[in-house]
Amino acid sequence: MTAAETYQVDAPETVIDVHHLTKSFGGRKVVDDVSMSVKKGRIHGFLGPNGSGKTTTIRMLCGLLTPDSGDGTCLGFDILTESDRIRRRVGYMTQKFSLYQDLSIRENLEFVARVYGLPDPRGKAGAAIERLGLKGREKQLAGELSGGWKQRLALGACILPEPALLLLDEPTAGVDPKARRDFWNEIHALAADGLSVLVSTHYMDEAERCHEIAYIAYGKLLAEGTVDEVIAGTGLVTFTVSGPDVHHLQGELENRPGIDMIAPFGTSLHVAGRDAAALEQAIAPYRDRPGLKWEKGEPTLEDAFIDLMRRSEDNFK
Amino acid sequence: MTPAPGSANGNGGSFGRFWAMTVKEFIQMTRDRITLATMVMLPIMQLFLFGFAINTTPHNLPTAVLMRENSDVGRSILAALKNTDFFEVKTVVTRAEDMDAHLQSGEALFVVEIPEGFERSLRRGDSPSLLIAADATDPVAASSALGALSGIISTALENDRQVAFAEPVKPAFQIVQHRRYNPAGSSTLNIVPGLLGTILTMTLLIFTALSVTREVERGTMENLLSMPIKPLEIMLGKIAPYVLIGLIQALVIIGVGILVFRVPVLGDPLSLAAATALFVVTNLSIGYTFSTIAANQLQAMQMAMMFFLPNILLSGFMFPFAGMPDWAQWIGEALPLTHYIRIVRAVMLKGASIETLAYDTLALAGLMAVAMLIAVRRFRRTLD
Repeated sequence: MTAAETYQVDAPETVIDVHHLTKSFGGRKVVDDVSMSVKKGRIHGFLGPNGSGKTTTIRMLCGLLTPDSGDGTCLGFDILTESDRIRRRVGYMTQKFSLYQDLSIRENLEFVARVYGLPDPRGKAGAAIERLGLKGREKQLAGELSGGWKQRLALGACILPEPALLLLDEPTAGVDPKARRDFWNEIHALAADGLSVLVSTHYMDEAERCHEIAYIAYGKLLAEGTVDEVIAGTGLVTFTVSGPDVHHLQGELENRPGIDMIAPFGTSLHVAGRDAAALEQAIAPYRDRPGLKWEKGEPTLEDAFIDLMRRSEDNFK
Repeated sequence: MTPAPGSANGNGGSFGRFWAMTVKEFIQMTRDRITLATMVMLPIMQLFLFGFAINTTPHNLPTAVLMRENSDVGRSILAALKNTDFFEVKTVVTRAEDMDAHLQSGEALFVVEIPEGFERSLRRGDSPSLLIAADATDPVAASSALGALSGIISTALENDRQVAFAEPVKPAFQIVQHRRYNPAGSSTLNIVPGLLGTILTMTLLIFTALSVTREVERGTMENLLSMPIKPLEIMLGKIAPYVLIGLIQALVIIGVGILVFRVPVLGDPLSLAAATALFVVTNLSIGYTFSTIAANQLQAMQMAMMFFLPNILLSGFMFPFAGMPDWAQWIGEALPLTHYIRIVRAVMLKGASIETLAYDTLALAGLMAVAMLIAVRRFRRTLD
């Protein structure tokens, strides 16, 4: 009968399936013709520079923004007409902490449980507090928590109504490495239980922890697939050069034909190009320079992203 | 509202979500101690200020006397002025320039001039003039004092035998005055019921005017909107805790009115309670409507003030409603305070019941419905 019941009878493999989403603010296209699909039980990384349209896309998925054009489904529900049902089954964690700072941990969780109409909101909140390891601090105001604990609480509130899909908007921004690691372990545990996750991030190490990634820049989706697929898709050949004076070398190499991307990594430099022969030719004059050590390496995800970003910049400037 | 399939296991449904909102708002309200204290103190403070400080029949008005001659008559007039508490003779001067200076600087609101040769003219029966100059920039103070002044002076002159007693003239008919409902003509009796409405309007408008904009400014709105809660549930949930506060405020004001200002409640207390509850909800809905229109808390606050001003001026609280031009009366009819003040004055002072005040009660309910309708329509469920 309804889409919801269909979903429960035979779960489709795809939990997010949207096509040609476009959204403009004040005449500027923030999201431009984005199509993406996320499969059930997978962690889908959503990457891109600041202002690339990640948050806008996520908001369109959960009904907080109406797309100017495009359509699709989220958990089998139409994102344009069934956002009420999507809200019930989706946990959305905003970029900025958006629980009530002047309510205690317990009061916030009970509020969420009541809004979602869960039976025994007190019991549910208590269980969540225990799971989060916040027992004994439940009366503390949410606004007094540290960044890491706020993020844990926000995630706890998100998964309290047992959603089928989590939309996490830069959940680990401003959180220390230990808390980030714990957070990702939790996400993987949830995905193992069948929860699907779309998570936006800036961090490369986090991207590599995702099953699949999508890269967006200037509102356009530039690459999608597993980490290996995205790297392979760029077709880059990479050399790593290390030595005492590499930043000087960067300036010399910068505009040589055949070199598509240069990026410093500590005391070494990643030099990459899409045409292997042209790249070899470009670096040939420098290969025998004393002190420099050249090594042919595999391009990293970061190389791929920097290259994608450069190319999209060229297209939009 | 039909329960969606996803919440088949949920309890409460729409009421549950409303309750979630109410509990949340109530906790937030109690957590803000300063605001809570203000809510209780503000009515008491305003009541005492208005009840004791404001009086439309003024006393001790600063007066200067210009004595152009030194005579018995002059001294009689001066003594009479000093004896009333209407006037306070600040200074006695002899030059006309001083009189103007005193009026202009505000040191005196009244000047009584006794002209040269006044006593002699009086004795001769010439009916001489006595000049009273008033600072009429405040017409209320000037007119009531001017009315009193001629009586005071003629009585004084008669008593001191400076002039002959006037021959009592038998009037053709007599007028009998009944000051109904307020025999002493006390302005407190009129002000306290009006103040009940004014204080409720001011505090309640602001509470809800801030409620939605606060969520937007603190960033909690994004989270709230991503949850399965409907605009009507949010609105009622946000209004409910303040209904309690409004009723407590009303109870405090009426209590102080009865105990301190001896204002009677002649009518049915239940009628008063019902009308007050309706008025409280109406104001909260209007405040909430502002909150859905304003972009931030400052704007919401300004809108509440913009609305508050005509409520004070055009509702009949400060100035008689019937004296206003038609267009102002029409505006007044669209303000909840106008109807509430009519109801409260009628119930408290005249012993009316709510059935006899059906028009004003329905008007309040109508205004409430309109405000709620606009608020629910205006509330945006998206961030577009």
